Amino acid sequence: MSTAAPAEPEKLTKKSLLSDHPTWCPACGDFAVLAAFFKVLEKLQIPHEKICTLAGIGCASRFPYFVNSHGLHFIHGRVLPLAMGVSLSRPDVHVFAFGGDGDGFSIGGNHLEHCARKNPNLTYVIMDNFVYGLTKKQTSPTSPIGFQSKTDPGGAIDRPVNPMKKLVSSGASFIARTHAAQVKHMMEMFERAIKHPGFSVVEVLSECVIFYKGAFDNANPRKGGEFELIEEKSWDNSPEDDERHDVTNEADAYAIADIQYPGKFGVFYQNERPSKNTLEQQLIDASQEKTAGADARELLKNRFALMK
Amino acid sequence: MSSTPTAEQKPSSSDQATTERTEDINNAVIRLAGNSQKGIQTIGGLLAKLAGRSAQEVMTYMTIPSTISGGASIFQVRIGSGEVLTPGDEADFLVAFYQDSYENHINNLREGGVCLYDNDHVEPDLTDKRFIFVGVPMTSTTIEAIGGSARDRGKNIFVLGLITNLFDLQRDKLVHIIETQFKNKHESVLRNAMLAFDAGYAYQLGDIFNRSYEFEPGKAQSDGRITTDGNTALTYGLLAAGVRYGAGYPITPWSSIMEQLRSELPKYGGIFVQSEDELAAVSTAIGFAYSGHLAITGSSGPGLSLKMEAMGYASMAELPLIVINVQRGGPSTGLPTSVEQSDLMQAIYGSHGDTPRVVIAPKDVEDCYYIAIEAGRIAREFSTPVVVLTDQALSSRIEAFPEPDVSGVISPELDLEPRGEDFKPYPFDAETKHAPPGTRMTGNKYPVVTGLEHDEWGHPTSSPEIHQKMTDRRREKHKRMAASLPLPEIHGEKEGEILLIGWGSTWGPIREAVNVARESGHAVSAIHLRHIHPMPDGIDGIMDAFKRVLVIEMNDEGMYGYGQLATLLRARYADDKIKSLTKCDGLNFQIRQIIAGIENSSD
Ligand SMILES: Cc1ncc(C[n+]2csc(CCOP(=O)(O)OP(=O)(O)O)c2C)c(N)n1
Ligand code: SF4
Ligand SMILES: [Mg+2]
Repeated sequence: MSTAAPAEPEKLTKKSLLSDHPTWCPACGDFAVLAAFFKVLEKLQIPHEKICTLAGIGCASRFPYFVNSHGLHFIHGRVLPLAMGVSLSRPDVHVFAFGGDGDGFSIGGNHLEHCARKNPNLTYVIMDNFVYGLTKKQTSPTSPIGFQSKTDPGGAIDRPVNPMKKLVSSGASFIARTHAAQVKHMMEMFERAIKHPGFSVVEVLSECVIFYKGAFDNANPRKGGEFELIEEKSWDNSPEDDERHDVTNEADAYAIADIQYPGKFGVFYQNERPSKNTLEQQLIDASQEKTAGADARELLKNRFALMK
Repeated sequence: MSSTPTAEQKPSSSDQATTERTEDINNAVIRLAGNSQKGIQTIGGLLAKLAGRSAQEVMTYMTIPSTISGGASIFQVRIGSGEVLTPGDEADFLVAFYQDSYENHINNLREGGVCLYDNDHVEPDLTDKRFIFVGVPMTSTTIEAIGGSARDRGKNIFVLGLITNLFDLQRDKLVHIIETQFKNKHESVLRNAMLAFDAGYAYQLGDIFNRSYEFEPGKAQSDGRITTDGNTALTYGLLAAGVRYGAGYPITPWSSIMEQLRSELPKYGGIFVQSEDELAAVSTAIGFAYSGHLAITGSSGPGLSLKMEAMGYASMAELPLIVINVQRGGPSTGLPTSVEQSDLMQAIYGSHGDTPRVVIAPKDVEDCYYIAIEAGRIAREFSTPVVVLTDQALSSRIEAFPEPDVSGVISPELDLEPRGEDFKPYPFDAETKHAPPGTRMTGNKYPVVTGLEHDEWGHPTSSPEIHQKMTDRRREKHKRMAASLPLPEIHGEKEGEILLIGWGSTWGPIREAVNVARESGHAVSAIHLRHIHPMPDGIDGIMDAFKRVLVIEMNDEGMYGYGQLATLLRARYADDKIKSLTKCDGLNFQIRQIIAGIENSSD
């Protein structure tokens, strides 16, 4: 497949990953997401050419321009089916998809549902700012009731999406929630997501300082809020462990997702099941076993023989 | 018309003598009308296969009931010893299984034609002297033969036996085909089929219809021909073109392509994804394309509309992609099981912004195979989306044609050759060739593919100058492509009174109409556009040698009186002699409709 590499690949560093200077507004939460992503890549030392960053449309979705890696900036809401195509046909590549709440839960909501149940091997980061940033302050599917936007000057009236509940019910195999002001936690979630085989999703509360300032202060200790973590079971048979969260328990994940805003942070759900990549490969292997590894020409000729 | 036996061959009620007579015929149109699509399809398909193997030309035509299971359905088979270009305007033989089959189709039988009916179910108007009526107790004889109840399938096979005898078809070959067809079924299925077949074959029509037919020897090669439908031919064409990845969402009549790809592609090491909708399907296909593969997606009318935004992306980002559209009657859900050519403008212009779009169309079932290979060539060479416009008629009709040569089939290879510092995905002086993920960029600058306007390196820009230059670039590459296309062949003389122009599945009817018109002294010729957008240069040169030009297509004449291709040709050549013959009834053109169009165009 690949041809001889010319020189020894360089070590992956933040510097080598840095592309154009991000064009986000100063202090936008998305900067921290980018920084955390760089650090995790640096830690994992994924071969540079195997990193692939994809995105839809929105402020968050400008991500690929700011990462020096193979990337594609797609259309609004369709990054997941795109990413599935890359993942399935290129198992050698690490696929990362990025986007905002509008991109992921509104126009792309149905794709999220189906990508989750199909479980392709890729990592999806949703930078949720509870507003449409790029188009300048319209109500988003996660805007809370009462949020005043240009489309709801009198305050939003529609019930918002609960991302964690949506993801649990649609069958995603790794679901985590974090906060852009909590860099270490964010890095931990990213790392676990990347290492998870199958579809992993991380929702990052990432503040839009222009159109929804202070949205996530009440989950930020530095702003007087509380950043409450999910305590995961350590399976040590201790009495405390009984109270801790079993990440493979869907019903418990659903219950945590129901806790009132700002809720809890951490891994809500994780369960390994065969990825779509694995299942499709099994189909290929089984089919090729039946045809005894015949090449394209033989396969075509055999088929034509049946049409005679 | 060539489908009509000559006068002395015509069976007529007056000469039903007691001695059996065998007539040599070179052409027969048999219409089977019943209530079971599956059963009728089975015998129609078997007959077509037999013809394909017997050096006969064959073409079938089928209607699919719009109800979910069963419902009235017809299957028309035209078998000929010479060129067969259409399924036939009128039937020579009508097989009517039920009263409504008889009532709905008797007027499609030519005068003097034979109506073979199941007299257990059908009571024809025997006073109708236009036709010869031959009643056979199909239901009860089949019950007698296989015991129990005669389901539609059994009756169909009984009729197949009857037809085999009547036309002196090659019984052994047919039995072999039936055996192969039922190979994977329970043995009782084959046994019952053979009992029904033998009963039909042995059935003595003697007293009521003392006549049998024999086809003149066919002129086609009998060895190495395959018999199949357009969607299947297209599927294998895609595989031959090196397509290994695709995604789609079901819709009639596209579905059978995706169904076949879903089971075939894994054998080739590939993947076909059934997506949640058409937007996802085209997006996944673009993901495959970006990853360095030749990928396809497809649909029919409404689904093509859903793909449009992403197709605009593929044009802007210059990614290779094959998009199949099996046209059906529109707009909206329209006539989902009827034929129409009304998606041409959608295929060419149906997206936002200026996106030159390559649109090509197959002319018959055989060409469905080769058009897929051509789509692959263009998509790869010019790194651009290519729409293949086939249609409902081609999708299901069966034809026989020479087995394609697979020696040239190449296995696709992923190009991950490292790219240097000077790598430009959109150079002003060369075609786009992307660096898929996994490619080492030795200058450590990695490319980001984008739908924003971009410069040669792919960096987003809103510079007015660059938008103009890049728009020019995308347009000019399609012009370069057009300049490399061959001019269409002229059927008939190079000059004359009238030139017919068609595209897609109207090829057969137009060609046959030209043959008929020329025989009756009209100076008519025809060209057929396989590459419709961009079209090859030089069509004006061909048109110059004719006094009139008539563009024939199955779509509406629109607000200004011209069909979709006619509108394009008029826009390109601003030539008032270009006229339009259109229709929108969900049916293929009949020869006589085209002849009438030729005659009317003179005033
Ligand atoms: C088909 C389509 N519809 C609408 C838009 C306009 N649009 C661009 S981004 C966006 C919403 C962005 O919100 P979100 O996804 O939350 O991202 P953010 O900018 O907040 O990061 C919209 C409506 C578009 N580009 N394409
Ligand atoms: S508008 Fe909001 S989301 Fe967009 S870059 Fe600015 S701060 Fe960030
Ligand atoms: Mg947002």
